[in-house]
Amino acid sequence: MSNSAALYAKRVRTNRLALFLSLVAMGVGMAFLAWILIVLLIKGFGALSISLFTMSTPAPGSDGGLYNAILGSAMMVGASTFIATPIGILAGIYLSEYGRSGWLAPATRFINDILLSAPSIVIGVFIYAMYVAQVQHFSGWAGSLALTLIAIPVVVRTTENMLNLVPGSLREAAAALGAPRWKIVISVVLRAAKAGVLTGILLAVARVSGETAPLLFTALNNQFTSYDMNAPMANLPVVIFQFAMSPYENWNSLAWGGAIIITFGVLCLNILVRIMFRKKI
Amino acid sequence: MRIQRIQDAIFHQVTRFFAFSVLAIMAAIMGSLLYGAWPALQEFGAGFPFSAEWNPVADRFGGLISIYGTLATSVIALVVAIPVSFGIAIFLTELCPPKLRGALGIAVELLAAVPSIIYGMWGLFVFAPLFADYVQPVLAATLGNVPLVGNLFQGPQNGIGILSAGLILSVMVIPFIASVMRDVFEVVPGILKESAYGLGATTWEVVWNIVLPYTRVGVIGGVMLGLGRALGETMAVTFVIGNAHRISPSLFDAGNSIASTLANEFAEAASDLHVSSLIALGLILFFVTFIVLSLSKLLLMRLGRMEGEKT
Repeated sequence: MSNSAALYAKRVRTNRLALFLSLVAMGVGMAFLAWILIVLLIKGFGALSISLFTMSTPAPGSDGGLYNAILGSAMMVGASTFIATPIGILAGIYLSEYGRSGWLAPATRFINDILLSAPSIVIGVFIYAMYVAQVQHFSGWAGSLALTLIAIPVVVRTTENMLNLVPGSLREAAAALGAPRWKIVISVVLRAAKAGVLTGILLAVARVSGETAPLLFTALNNQFTSYDMNAPMANLPVVIFQFAMSPYENWNSLAWGGAIIITFGVLCLNILVRIMFRKKI
Repeated sequence: MRIQRIQDAIFHQVTRFFAFSVLAIMAAIMGSLLYGAWPALQEFGAGFPFSAEWNPVADRFGGLISIYGTLATSVIALVVAIPVSFGIAIFLTELCPPKLRGALGIAVELLAAVPSIIYGMWGLFVFAPLFADYVQPVLAATLGNVPLVGNLFQGPQNGIGILSAGLILSVMVIPFIASVMRDVFEVVPGILKESAYGLGATTWEVVWNIVLPYTRVGVIGGVMLGLGRALGETMAVTFVIGNAHRISPSLFDAGNSIASTLANEFAEAASDLHVSSLIALGLILFFVTFIVLSLSKLLLMRLGRMEGEKT
């Protein structure tokens, strides 16, 4: 009897220890998130000012801001979203609406999920070889193309998931009224999943905004304000990288300012997306 | 009626074309990397991945240093991330009050949303100095004296190097592994768990003897996903790995990973052979992550099928 009591006590102890450790693991995860955000707030808050948004990147030691970098990032992210959205949505439609049979849909699904996690720096190398090396100069378009390739799989995956959530009875009802297939997809299925598809696009924007590696040798950087997508273009992530690694104090401070803008922008988008669409993404 | 049929066919083919374009992108990446890497592979042959030489001046290149750095940092990341992710997944599925579950789940996912360059800055300017002052001396004094593994924990205590890069990577892959583990834990049929509880099992015994065996395939798939992410991670590693082209017995020492070598040298590579060697490194990285991520996907699909057969 005492033997089984001891065994029971041991089992309870093991259980308590395991659950305590799982609590600790959760705490560790949250602590790192909090640590990073607090560091950003402390180091970046001082750098936030109006001139950050109105002046271009300065020479070492003089005043300046990140206007050209923010502009460049916005233009490249905008362009890549603009290209990736229709491609991603149409491919997603194929997977969800026509993907029941044949080899193409499973193969695309599989490859798409791999592209979703593929190393982004290799995408940069790819665009360099295919585009930059051919035209012989770095450019904003090259950067946008690299970002597009990263955004497409995100849009494809969410679009397919969201269209799959639309009940089949809606499609059948439209078909019973004599609507052709393409009209069913566009005006019924896609419309019903509008919010979900939009979350996919926002997720792609969030994913792409912080990407640095693929821009290093596609868009490169530009010290001046430029609207020319055909020339090297400043962008927040690469400017942050260069300024953070530099020995100049004012550059370092600007890097933290840029870091706070980008991180809170991306996190807000992520939170917004998850509140907008509570179901599993 | 005929017009409608034609419109339908066109729409079908258009969507089909774009689905196919995803495959085409993958093929184009593989093809162009292979094409770009060809001169280097021809010059250095099959020994390229095993040569530790990296000398832009003499135009002699080999991949061993970068490959070692990539593998070492990823292994460290997994060793740390697996138990922590497992703990987080248990917490979220078994322990957490339902009201908090959503919010904490999102918080874990936000760790994955923080851009990698931010991890790099935080790692270099905040984590590394603290790591050098408080953790490395302790590691050197304890693990550093253990025979066999001792050498790993001796060397320059300046906070940057392979070990720091691996630890920061672990924070970055925890959300991926933990999310997959949580999702697969949730597919365990309630009736199995309830039966075990009914027999008097503790929560831990249910997790260890029921949930984990049932979801083993998916858990491994999640770990593979984390590995795939860790292998290709660039910016955070570039900040803290130290960017030195050498292999050292110490994990405290600086090194280089494939991704960090690419990030540092690609835009400035002078000779064609240098560029080609860098692309060859990229090809190796892409190929390895492709295999790892494929395995991950296949394992997770297997769990998905099990799920399908049951219902």
